[in-house]
Amino acid sequence: MSGVRLLVGTKKGAFVMTSDGKREKWEISGPHFGGWEIYHVKGSPVDPNRVYASQSSGWFGQVIQRSSDGGKTWEPVGNKFVYDGTPGTHQWYDGTPHPWEFKRVWHLEPSLSDPDTVYAGVEDAAIFRTTDGGQNWEELSGLRGHGSGPRWMPGAGGMCLHTILLDQNVPGRMFIAISAAGAFRTDDGGKSWKPINQGLNSKFLPDPTAEIGHCVHRIAMHKSRPGVLYMQKHWDVMRSDNSGDSWQEVSGNLPTDFGFVIDVHAHEPETIYVVPIKSDSEHYPLDGKLSVYRSRTGGNEWEQLTKGLPQRDCYVNVLRDAMAVDSLDKCGVYFGTTGGQVYCSADAGDSWSAVVQNLPSVLSVEVQTLP
Amino acid sequence: MIRVELPAHLRTLSGAGAEVAVEVQRNAEGRVTPRAILDALEARYPVLRGTIRDHVTHERRAFLRFYACAEDWSLESPDAPLPEEVASGKEPFLIIGAIAGG
Repeated sequence: MSGVRLLVGTKKGAFVMTSDGKREKWEISGPHFGGWEIYHVKGSPVDPNRVYASQSSGWFGQVIQRSSDGGKTWEPVGNKFVYDGTPGTHQWYDGTPHPWEFKRVWHLEPSLSDPDTVYAGVEDAAIFRTTDGGQNWEELSGLRGHGSGPRWMPGAGGMCLHTILLDQNVPGRMFIAISAAGAFRTDDGGKSWKPINQGLNSKFLPDPTAEIGHCVHRIAMHKSRPGVLYMQKHWDVMRSDNSGDSWQEVSGNLPTDFGFVIDVHAHEPETIYVVPIKSDSEHYPLDGKLSVYRSRTGGNEWEQLTKGLPQRDCYVNVLRDAMAVDSLDKCGVYFGTTGGQVYCSADAGDSWSAVVQNLPSVLSVEVQTLP
Repeated sequence: MIRVELPAHLRTLSGAGAEVAVEVQRNAEGRVTPRAILDALEARYPVLRGTIRDHVTHERRAFLRFYACAEDWSLESPDAPLPEEVASGKEPFLIIGAIAGG
C-alpha cells in the first residue's frame, strides 16, 4: 500500500512523519537538528529518499543538510552563499538604502530531473543553485541584476525569496516570489527575469499598481496547467491564466483575503485552498475559528471547511510554506500552525485531524507520496 | 595543542566534544592568535566554516563571543596574541553563544 511522508520544519528542529495511504496513524521522528530553525525541508521528485533541509540560527548562521535515506540520517553539505559581485542596496522599511546581507535560506526546491540540482531562495532576496548535491552554491544573479533591486523592500518576515515553482512543461521556465518585491518569471533557466505583477494592487505602495514592491506571500501551480497561477498576496487572492503576465482578483466571498498559504488539489487543477487570516496586524483566524477555504472553481466561490479543526479560542497562524498536498486518491491536504499543530485531511479538505499537536512553531510542511 | 570549548549547537553539528584539541601554528613571534585557532578548528571540522565567522570576510558572527583567561577577546584583533596559558594548553579558548533573545 502506498503511503506518505511529511517533512516538517519548525522553529526548533525538523520532524519526519510517515503514514500509510489511510493517513490515520503516524510515526513521528525528530527533532532533527534540535534547537535550530528549520525553514524548509524538501525531497527530490526523482529520488524521494534524497531530502534537503535548511537549518539556520541567528547565532551560527546557515547550514544545509542532506539525507539519502528519506530523512533517517543526515550529512551537512555546503553552506557558502555569497552574492555574485557587489550586492548593492535595497530599500529598508523606511525607504532608505540598506546593504544586501545574506541571512538564511527560506526555501529549497529540488530539480524535477536531477537529485543533485537544487534551487535555494534566500533572505536577503536572491536565488542560488547547486548542481552537486548541495556542496557548492552559485547565485543566479540575473534576478538581482534585473535592475529593480534597489526598490525591493523587506516584509515583516524579512526580504525573503520564499517561493520557487519549476515549470515541467516549458524548459527553463521558473516562477519566484519575494516579499516585498513581487513575482518574477524566467524563461531561460534563470539568466534573465521579468517582473510579473500586472494587476496586483497594494495600498501600502505610493503607486498601488507599481511594477515592483508587492508583498506576494505565496504562488501555487498545478502541473497539468502550468500557465495558471494562484497567488495569496498580503491582501487579495489572485489568479493568472497567462503565466503571470496579468492577474485578476479571485477573493470572491472569502471572509478575509489576507493570508499566507495557497495550494492546488493534486488531481483537480481548479480546486484550490487558502487559510484566511484576520488581517495584516492580527495574524490569526477570524473569531478564533480555524478554517480552510476551498474553491472548486479556481477562485471567487469559496466554501468554509471546519470539520475537525478547532472552532473556538484558536489564535495560531499558518505560514507561507506550511501547506502541502499529496497525490493519493483522495488527495491529502496538510498544514502546520504557529501553535505547533500539523493537520491532515485525507479527503481533500472535507474533514481534518491532527497528526501532532505540540510541536514548536511550524515554519514549513512538505509531503512526499511514496510507492 | 590548543584547547577550544564550543557552544552546544556547534558540538552537535561538528560531532566534537565539549572541548576539542587542535594543533595551531604559532606566528613569527611564536604567539598564538584567534585567527590561527579558528583556521585550525575549521580545517579539522570543515562543517564549522561559516558558523563562527563569515566565509569571506572572516568577521566573527555577531552573536558569538571569544573568551580567554577570564578576558573578553571578542572585540580584539583576530591577529592579537593570546596569553601563553592558552598557547600552552593550560587554559582553553572559549567560543560562547551570546545571551540574546531571553
